[in-house]
Amino acid sequence: MSQNLAAESQHVDVHPQRSRLRCMWGLVRKETYQMLRDPSSVGIGIALPLLLLFLFTYAISLDVRNIKLGVVCEDNSPIVNRLLASFQNNKYFMVHVARDRREVQDDLVGGRLNGVLVIPADFASRIERRSLSPLQLLVRGSDVSTAALVQNYVRGVLRHWLIQEGLNAGQRNSGEIVRIESRVWFNQEIESRAALLPGSIAVIMTLIGTLLTALVVAREWERGTMEALLATPITRMDIVLSKFVPYFILGMLAMGLVAAVSTLGLGVPLRGSLWVLIMVSATFLCSALGLGLLISSVTRNQFVASQVALIVGYLPALILSGLVFEIDSMPRLIQYLTCVMPPRYFVSALRTLFLAGNVWQVILPNTVVLLGFAAFFLTVTIQKTKMNLE
Amino acid sequence: MLNRIVRLIIKEFLAVWRDPHNRFVLLVPPLVQLLIFSFAATHEVKNVQLGIYSEDHGSAARELISRFASARRTFSHVQYFQDLDDVHRAIDTQDVIAVVHIGPTFSRDLLSGTPVALQILLDGRKAYAAQVISGYMSQITDRFVGEYVAVSIDPSKPPRDAASIKLVSRAWFNSNLDSVWSTIPGLVGILTNLIALIVTSLSIAREKELGTFEQLLVSPLRPLEILIGKTTPAMVLGLGEGMAMVAIATLVFALPCAGSPLLLFGALFVSLFSTIGIGLLISSLAKTQQQAFFGAFAFLVPAILLSGFVTPVENMPAWLRWVTYLDPIYYIILIAKGILLEGMRMPTVLQLAWPMVPIGVVTLTTAGWTFRQRLE
Amino acid sequence: MASQVLISLSEVRKQFSADARPALECVTANIYGERITGLVGPDGAGKTTLIRLIAGLLDPTRGRIKVAGYDTARQVSTVHTIVSYMPQRFGLYEDLTVMENLHLYADLRGVVGKHRHETFERLLAFTGLGHFTGRLAGKLSGGMKQKLGLACALIHRPVVLLLDEPSAGVDPVSRRELWKMVNELVDEGTAVIWSTAYMDEAQRCDEVLLLNEGKLLYQGKPGDLTGQVEGQTFLIEATEDSRRQLLSKALEQPDIIDGVIQGRKVRLILKTPTTVFPALGTNVQARPTPPRFEDAFMVLLGGIPKTRISNITSHIFQKLREDSTGTRNIVVEAQDLTKCFGSFTAVDQVSFTVCRGEIFGLLGPNGAGKSTTFKMMCGLLRPTSGKAEVAGVDLTMAPAKARERLGYMAQRFSLYSDLSVHQNLEFFGGVYGLMGRRLQKTIHRMIEEFELAPFINSNAGDLPLGFKQRLAMACAIMHEPQVLFLDEPTSGVDPITRREFWIRINAMVNQGMTIMVTTHFLDEAEYCDRIAMVYQGRIIATGTPDDLKRSIPSENLPEPTLEDAFIEMIQRHERYESEGEGLRRDG
Repeated sequence: MSQNLAAESQHVDVHPQRSRLRCMWGLVRKETYQMLRDPSSVGIGIALPLLLLFLFTYAISLDVRNIKLGVVCEDNSPIVNRLLASFQNNKYFMVHVARDRREVQDDLVGGRLNGVLVIPADFASRIERRSLSPLQLLVRGSDVSTAALVQNYVRGVLRHWLIQEGLNAGQRNSGEIVRIESRVWFNQEIESRAALLPGSIAVIMTLIGTLLTALVVAREWERGTMEALLATPITRMDIVLSKFVPYFILGMLAMGLVAAVSTLGLGVPLRGSLWVLIMVSATFLCSALGLGLLISSVTRNQFVASQVALIVGYLPALILSGLVFEIDSMPRLIQYLTCVMPPRYFVSALRTLFLAGNVWQVILPNTVVLLGFAAFFLTVTIQKTKMNLE
Repeated sequence: MLNRIVRLIIKEFLAVWRDPHNRFVLLVPPLVQLLIFSFAATHEVKNVQLGIYSEDHGSAARELISRFASARRTFSHVQYFQDLDDVHRAIDTQDVIAVVHIGPTFSRDLLSGTPVALQILLDGRKAYAAQVISGYMSQITDRFVGEYVAVSIDPSKPPRDAASIKLVSRAWFNSNLDSVWSTIPGLVGILTNLIALIVTSLSIAREKELGTFEQLLVSPLRPLEILIGKTTPAMVLGLGEGMAMVAIATLVFALPCAGSPLLLFGALFVSLFSTIGIGLLISSLAKTQQQAFFGAFAFLVPAILLSGFVTPVENMPAWLRWVTYLDPIYYIILIAKGILLEGMRMPTVLQLAWPMVPIGVVTLTTAGWTFRQRLE
Repeated sequence: MASQVLISLSEVRKQFSADARPALECVTANIYGERITGLVGPDGAGKTTLIRLIAGLLDPTRGRIKVAGYDTARQVSTVHTIVSYMPQRFGLYEDLTVMENLHLYADLRGVVGKHRHETFERLLAFTGLGHFTGRLAGKLSGGMKQKLGLACALIHRPVVLLLDEPSAGVDPVSRRELWKMVNELVDEGTAVIWSTAYMDEAQRCDEVLLLNEGKLLYQGKPGDLTGQVEGQTFLIEATEDSRRQLLSKALEQPDIIDGVIQGRKVRLILKTPTTVFPALGTNVQARPTPPRFEDAFMVLLGGIPKTRISNITSHIFQKLREDSTGTRNIVVEAQDLTKCFGSFTAVDQVSFTVCRGEIFGLLGPNGAGKSTTFKMMCGLLRPTSGKAEVAGVDLTMAPAKARERLGYMAQRFSLYSDLSVHQNLEFFGGVYGLMGRRLQKTIHRMIEEFELAPFINSNAGDLPLGFKQRLAMACAIMHEPQVLFLDEPTSGVDPITRREFWIRINAMVNQGMTIMVTTHFLDEAEYCDRIAMVYQGRIIATGTPDDLKRSIPSENLPEPTLEDAFIEMIQRHERYESEGEGLRRDG
C-alpha cells in the first residue's frame, strides 16, 4: 500500500538516464549563476588573469637592463676615458663615475649600485707596456642573479673594448681566433617574456582551479545548503561534476584570454597547434580543479580551505613549477618535491607548445602525468564527498 | 582607557592563538616555506645538461671539450652526439639545454692560425638559463684561447706579453655568490608581512560574519582603541616570527647579520605597521571572510611580484618602478638584505624605511574611518 | 481513507561519538499520513537529529527507520525520492533568484515539461511569491524565504514533508500563512513532521512527539497532554504588588511549578490540580484558566528547579548608578528619529520615551523598521535626523559615553566562541572599564549568579544553547548598565530557557534596570510594560499589552491574544493606508 503511494508520488521521467542528465544540468546551471553573481569569482577569473599577465609582462623580467655600475677612474688618461665611454655607451649600464673608490663603495649597500669597477691608477701605463692590467670588479653579492649577470656583461664590454682599441692587433685574442656563434632556438632575442607569459597560464589556471573551487563546497556546508541538496535524489557524481563544469569553462576562458593577449598583443608565438594547447590545458585544469574540490570537501571550512589552497596551490605554482626558477638548479630534495606539483609538467608543456611547437616527446609525457594527477584528485574527491551528515 | 585597550589586546591574542588550526596555519607553513623556498628560489644556473657535437677529433677540440665537461657545477651531465638530427631532437625534447658544435676543421684551423667558429645552440624556452649559460661558455672559451691556444700556437710568445686585461671580480657581502644567502632576506621580508596581512585582513571581517563586531561597537571602545587592539597581536606575531626567521638565517644558514639586529627589528616594525594598515583596510571594506581573503590575495600577488624578490626591480620599465615605491615589501627586502648581508647602517635604513610610515598612517586612518562609516 | 503509518521508528538510537551521551535513545514511534506531527522538546533534545535520520542524512547507530516501507539506511536513494526536507535556515541559495531556486529543485526532482509549468504556477499562487520570481532569495524577508523554502520542498508532491523549525525568526503573519499552506498539504495525504520550539504551534499539531535529552517522553494528541494538567492552571492578579513582584513571590512557593506574565496578570501552574488557589497573600485574586500545551510541557519537564530560581532572584547588582541621571526618570528617549537608506525611509519620525525600571518592547513584522530603530538607540546606526538619548547622554554627541551606560545583547549569539567563558567575561568587563579586584569580584559574582562554574574553561562556542544565552547576558550586564537592549533575545529558544531568561530580566528590573526589547515572539511581548507597534517605519500604536488587546475585540474574538491584536492592527493600518491612497487618488 505504502509502496504504491511512493511510486505514485514520483513524477519522474520514464528514462532514468535522462533524469540523471537533467539533475546534473540543473546543478550546473545553479553553480554557473552563483559563480557569475559572485564578484570574487569574476575577479579571480578575469581581473586577476589580466593583472597577472600585466605583471608577467612588465614586472617579471629576467632581462637585465639598467645595471647601475660605479666606475672608479683613479687615472684620467685618454685610454681610461675611452674605456669609460664604452661602458657609458652600452645600453645595459647606467654608469656613475667616481675618482675614488671610497666615494662609491658604500653605494653597494642597499643596492644603489649593482657593481663597482675599479680602474687603477697604473692601468693606462700597464696597457701601454702591454703587460697584464688588472681591473677590479666588486659586485653586490646579496643579489646573486644580478651579480652574475654584471660579471658577464662587464667581461663582454671589456672584450669588445680591447678589439675596438686594436690593442690586440697582431696579438691573438679569443674574439678573433674563436668566434662564438650563439644560436638561440625558439626565442631569438632570449627574451624572458616569451618564456614567462606562456608559463603564467599555469599560475592563472591554478588560481581559478584551486583557489576558487577550494571555497565552493566549503561554502555550501557553512551556509547549510548542502543539507537541503543531500536530501534530494542526487548522487556523488552530480555534486562533484556540477561544481566542476562551470569552473572548468571559466578556467578555459581565462586560458583563452591569456593566450590571445600574449600571442596577439604581446608578440609571443604559438608554434604548436591550438588544439594541443586546449587539450593540455584541459588536462591540467582537471587536476587543478580536482585538487581544489578535494581541499574543499575535506576541510569544509572556508578559512582553512583558503589557507591550504594558498599553500599547496598558488605558491608552488609560482616557485616550484620551473616558471621563474630553474628546477634543474634546485637541490635534489626539492627537485623531488617539484615532481608532485602538477604545474611543473604544465609549464614545461606550455613553453614547448608556444615556443617550439608540437614536440610530442615533451608534450605527451607531461600530459600523461597531468592526466594521472587529474584522475587521482578527482577519484579521491568523489570518494571523499560525503553524501550524509555523519 | 588603557585598561580597555589592554583587555582588547589580550582578547585579540587569544582569538588568534587559541584555535589549534589557526596556530598551525600561522606557525608551521611560514617556517617550512622559508626552508623550501630559500633553496628553490634560486637564479643560479647549475646542474644543467650540456650536449657536445664534435666533428673534430683533434687535440684542440678534445681539450676544449674536456674544459666544458669539467665544469661540473654548471654542466652536471654531458651528452655526446654524432649526428645533427640527434642534436635537434635532444634540444626539442629538453634533454639538453645547450649544445656545443665543433666543426670538422676546428683543431686544424686553430693551430694554423685561421680564425674558427664555434657554434653554440641554446634552448630559448629557458630564456634566463640560456642567457647565463651563454655567458659562461664564452668565459670558458676565453680561457681556453688564453691558456691553451696561445701557448700551443706560438710557444715562444707567452700570452703575458699580450695587452690583456685581467678582471678580478669580487662579490661583496656574499663572496661565494651563494643564492640561498640572497634569497633568505627576501623570504624573511615576504613571509613576515604575509602573516601579518592574513591575520589582520581576516580579523574584522570575521567578527562581522560572527556578529561580534556589533558587540564591540556598542561598547565604549573608540575606533582608535579598536585599531590599536587589532594591530598589536599581528605586530607581535609578525615580529616574533620575523626574528625567529632571522635567527634561523644566522644560525642555520650562517648569514653574517652584518648590521645591527636591533635595527632590523625596528625596520620590521615599520614594515609590519604598513602591511597591518593595508590588512585592516581590506578587512574593514570586506563584508565576509571570503571577500577579505580575496582582497588580501589581490594585494599580495602584485606586492610580491613587484617587490624585487622574483626578479630585480631594475629590470622593470621606469614607470612601473614608481609603483614599487608604494610596495612595503620592496623596502623591507632591501633593508633585510642590507642588514643581514651588507652591514647597512642607520642613515640608509632610515632612508629606505620612511616611505612605509605614510603608507601605514594613511591605510590605518582610512581603515578606522571606514569601519566607523560601515556602521551605517 | 484511514490514515496509514508512513514512518515507523523502531528502537532508534543515535550516538555521535563513543564517549558522548546518545543524541537519541530507544525511540519507537509511528508517524501517520494526513497529519501534522509536531516534534517538540527543549534545545538539545534530539529533534534535528531525528529529522535528519528520517531524511536519510544520518544513519541510526541502532534500530531501524522505515519511510513508506523503505529503510533509510539501506534504501536511501528511494527514500530521497519520496521525502522532502526543509532544513533550518531553509537551505536556499541566497544568490539565486526565486525562480532559479525553483528550477534547480525541479531539475533535481525530475519535474519536467508541462508538469513543471503547472507545478510552478500552483506553488507561486500558493505561496504568493508570484511577484517576486526575479528577486534574489537573499533579498527576501524571513517570511518569504520560509515560503520559498517550502515551495522548493514541495516541487514534487512528497509522501513525507520534514520541516525543521520552519517558523524560527519569522513574524506571526507569515507563521499563520505557513500553517494554512501546510494544512492544505495534509488534506492531500502528506505526512508532515514539524519541529518547533514554540508551544502554541505544537498545540495546533494533530499529534506531537515530545523529546527530552534524546528520549521520547510523550506521543499522542497535544490536547490529551494538555488535559492532564486540567485544574492546575490559574490566572492571578494582585492589587498591591506589581505583576513582577507577584511572579517572583509565586515562583518561590514549592507547590507552584511555573509562572509567566500575561498582560497585567500572572499565569501559574500548580503541582496538583485544585479548585481553590492556595493563598499568596490577602490581596491576590485568582481564577482558574484553561490549560495550554505549554503548561503541560512545563509540567512534564518539571519546570525550573526551585534552587535555581532562588539563585536568580538574589541580587545581581551591588548598586545601580542612579546618581548619573539625577532625578530624571526618563532613561531612553527618541525624538523624531528618522533613518533613510538612499531614497528608502526605513524609520520615519519615531518618538518614544522609556522610564526607569520599565520594560519597553518594539513589536512589528520583519522589515518594519524595528531593528533599525533599535540600532540607532544603541549607537550602531547614526540617525539621519532626530535625537536619540540614553541615560541623559546624546548618542550622536558623546557616543562612547552613552555606550558605557547601556548593555546590548544581540539576536544571534555574538560572543567570542573561540574564547573560554572566563576569557569572555574578562574581556567584556575590561572593555567596559572594570579592572583589578573589582573586575575579579564581578566575574566571580557573574559565575555564581549565572551558574557558569562547570563551564568556566570551555570555549563559549561549545556551550549548550541555554548557557550561551546566560553567558551573553552576563557579559552584557557586568558593567551594571542603566539600560539593557535585547534584540530578539529568545528567538528559537525553548520554553524553559525562555522562562529562566525572563525571570532574570524581571529580577533585574525590580532592582531598577530598564529594558528595551525587540521581538516578534508575542508571548515574550506579554512581559513588556509598554509596547510600541512598528509598521512600515512608523509607530502605529503604543500601550500596555492589555491595552492593545482591548483595542480590537470583535464578536468572533471575544478574548484576543496579543498575536490577534498584532495581526488585526496591521490589517487595519493597511486598510487605512489603501483608503487614504484611494482618497488621494480621487482628489
